[in-house]
Amino acid sequence: MSILFKGRQQGASSKKVGPLQRLFMFFTDHLRQAVNSLGELYRAPFASLMTIGVLGFSLTLPSTLYILVKNTEQISAQWQQASEISLFLHSNVSEANAQQLMTRLSVWDEIADLTFVPADEALEEFQRISGLGDALNYLNENPLPDVVLVVPTSKHATPTAAAKLLDKLRKEREVEIGKLDIEWLERLYALLDIAKELVYLLAVLLFFAVVLIIGNTIRLNILNRRSEILVMKLVGATDAFIQRPFLYTGFWFGLLGGVMAWLTVSIILWWIGMSLETFMQLYQVQLDITGMDLEAFGIMLALSIGLGLMGSMISVNRHVKEIEPE
Amino acid sequence: MIKFEQVSKTYPGGQNALSKVSFHVEQGEMAFLTGHSGAGKSTLLKLISIMERPTVGNVLINGHNLSNITRKQIAYIRRDIGMIFQSHQLLMDKSVFDNVSLPMVIEGHTRKTIAKRVDAALEMVGLKDKARNLPITLSGGEQQRVGIARAVVNRPPLLLADEPTGNLDPKLSMEIIRLFEDFNQAGVSVFIATHDLGLIARMKYRTLTLKQGRMITDGLSDSAEDGYL
Ligand SMILES: Nc1ncnc2c1ncn2[C@@H]1O[C@H](COP(=O)(O)OP(=O)(O)OP(=O)(O)O)[C@@H](O)[C@H]1O
Ligand SMILES: [Mg+2]
Repeated sequence: MSILFKGRQQGASSKKVGPLQRLFMFFTDHLRQAVNSLGELYRAPFASLMTIGVLGFSLTLPSTLYILVKNTEQISAQWQQASEISLFLHSNVSEANAQQLMTRLSVWDEIADLTFVPADEALEEFQRISGLGDALNYLNENPLPDVVLVVPTSKHATPTAAAKLLDKLRKEREVEIGKLDIEWLERLYALLDIAKELVYLLAVLLFFAVVLIIGNTIRLNILNRRSEILVMKLVGATDAFIQRPFLYTGFWFGLLGGVMAWLTVSIILWWIGMSLETFMQLYQVQLDITGMDLEAFGIMLALSIGLGLMGSMISVNRHVKEIEPE
Repeated sequence: MIKFEQVSKTYPGGQNALSKVSFHVEQGEMAFLTGHSGAGKSTLLKLISIMERPTVGNVLINGHNLSNITRKQIAYIRRDIGMIFQSHQLLMDKSVFDNVSLPMVIEGHTRKTIAKRVDAALEMVGLKDKARNLPITLSGGEQQRVGIARAVVNRPPLLLADEPTGNLDPKLSMEIIRLFEDFNQAGVSVFIATHDLGLIARMKYRTLTLKQGRMITDGLSDSAEDGYL
């Protein structure tokens, strides 16, 4: 409806067009503009590819690192299940007492497996590996204590749960020292946390750069079409109408950049997987790098499109307004 | 239709382009605006299409004060005003058809309506067979007529023209004025700025004359000449 002339119809609000047809027109209009914007990209393939490349690669780096960190976390979780608690018993504990302790512990829920290593056996083994051999025979007494090796169930194998279990075991009267070798695991976890933070930081910085780059590309597009925008404003185009094709350009940059990033990450991970495989076969560890699934694809696309749109929105809001006919 | 009330316009540089201009062009009227180069003709038209805002005074269209129009509403105001520019303002890389259809596309008409109206507009200006051409391949007069077709394609109640006959020979100029007369016959208010006095002299239309930003005469065309000289 016209502001100045009561009763004068402007555009599609005029008589014959029903609401359904208007909705249909809305969609076909947008579709046409989206396709037009894609056509614009195609007409300047080199410039478009550069922008898409910048977006794609900027997403590739944090995505790859993120997936690697995630996988390391999963693998270390497997290792951790093998972690053991060693209980060194008091020297005055008799063999029978030790067996009693074993029976008591065997009913604990937290414990998956128990092994008793008598002091004599421990000494023999020490003799064997240390190479001290007969020299140890001169000891009049075995200085080593009896040892119980405790393997926690997987549920109680996380660092905190295992530490709790250790505390509980230390309260047993036969136990002199309990030791849980999870310090390295805790360190690994701390390292992984730092790595994750770094990945996030890197991602934020790169995303910021992407928004700026897309914004600048769109700004150049807008300036290139300055005269066209002027004419459109002269014949009554709203800012929103003029902005739309540029927003679609941002959308396409995002979509194509996202697809590109996904492909690159997939290739990099496949390549890392190949070289890891030979290594892992030596250790007989099953290793699959996971995380490049449909969900990851969706997230990467959404992120990428979001960045593309954000860049174009910022640019469009500033620069389309600036162009005014004089 | 167009009403100026004590309108003055001073450009940021301090240039006094219009001083206390008042006049009223009625609905359905056809009027000319003349004056020397730099007299303020273009400035006056720009105040109507809100490309500039008055420093003092009010501009009203159809009773609506333009000072109440927000920045966002300007686009909708321009859809009610068909504007023709001395420097045609055509898109040189788009076909004649695309150029003329632009106001319709902006308003979101159906493709069928657009095709029908653009054809009709091009028919009126005698360029029906050039719809697929690029404006560059047209003569100056033809380009001007494309601009006119674009200005009338969405049937605005008001037509503004700034030097529409700028570089055209007298015969072509007359043809274009005849076109405006046709639209005027159909009920459209027409307001034309030109310094082509010879053209005006041949017709009896109301003529407003500006001199250094002041409205010095307002009357039928033959009386305008005295003030102009
Ligand atoms: N954007 C602007 N900034 C500053 N001064 C301007 C601007 N536009 C016009 N002027 C000044 O205002 C005065 C009136 O200019 P205007 O363009 O309205 O004249 P005109 O009557 O259309 O002249 P012409 O016949 O040459 O087109 C001139 O002195 C001009 O220098
Ligand atoms: Mg002028």
